[in-house]
Amino acid sequence: MPGMSLIVRVITGLMSGLLLLYGGYITLHGHLTPGGGFAGGVLIAAALMAVSLAFGSVEQVEKRRYVLSSVLESFGGLWFLILALAGYFVGEFFFRNAGVFFLGRPLELVSGGIIPLANIAIGIKVGAGLFAIFLALGASRFVMKE
Amino acid sequence: MVELYLLLGVMLAAALVASETKNLLAAAVALGMVGFSVAIIFILVQAPDLAIVQIVVEILTVVFFTAVILRTTEIDTTVTGGLKMETSMFIAAFLAFGGLFLSLIIGVLRELPQFGEPLMRVAQEYVQFGLERTGAANVVAAIILDFRGYDTLGEATVLFTAVVGVLTVMRMVSKKKSGGV
Repeated sequence: MPGMSLIVRVITGLMSGLLLLYGGYITLHGHLTPGGGFAGGVLIAAALMAVSLAFGSVEQVEKRRYVLSSVLESFGGLWFLILALAGYFVGEFFFRNAGVFFLGRPLELVSGGIIPLANIAIGIKVGAGLFAIFLALGASRFVMKE
Repeated sequence: MVELYLLLGVMLAAALVASETKNLLAAAVALGMVGFSVAIIFILVQAPDLAIVQIVVEILTVVFFTAVILRTTEIDTTVTGGLKMETSMFIAAFLAFGGLFLSLIIGVLRELPQFGEPLMRVAQEYVQFGLERTGAANVVAAIILDFRGYDTLGEATVLFTAVVGVLTVMRMVSKKKSGGV
């Protein structure tokens, strides 16, 4: 992918870190404030897309990013599934929350049992999945050539 | 339940037509038949909200497909006096489906409870005990990841399937491109 002009590159350089940070914040605080894995993951994917659109990249990098994001997407999905199954083995039923991990005091960052962990899993999954789609659509010439 | 099986039969036939026919427009119409049958099934199993969404999506899909087909292929549109056999059949099928649909939706709308009746006990339970049972201050997170976690797993699966689908299609396209040229 070719890069974009100097203005776009400078502004993206300033913004992308903040975007990533905000995406992480939304994901991690999903059990306390509005938001969660889906919204945070979309923000993370948007930051990654902005960087690769503005700065451009060579074929090798695209390929590595594509493989990495595919793996991360499956990893997030598996993580979520394992959390659900953990409730099944420890407690009595699928998606059992109380008793799997300690619940913590409400309104603290470490609270809510598996909910923050599930939010992180969904955040990774959504961010990596959307970025993989973006790479496939925008850079398929580079990425998919055998 | 008889009408359910009838509709399923219609859907199967329409899906076969959509995948086998050489005429793209006919394929689009058959695809629309499948979608509207799904909408009618949603009404039959008393899910009018889903039916409304399905109808909107289906209308958009069929219009979009038709527009694309009309823009990209040439179709003989010369009218040779009076209605053609096919056209009148299409109109008859449209009227029949529309009539069936309207009669069904009137029945469902009459059976719908008044707004706020009966009281939603489940929602009250979530709001009341969500904090102490899950420890999550955000009640939405408590619902989607604890009480209704199974639904969220389904949602994640939908996204996963979409990603896999897109990647598969794009890989096929780029293989064809690099192989052909």
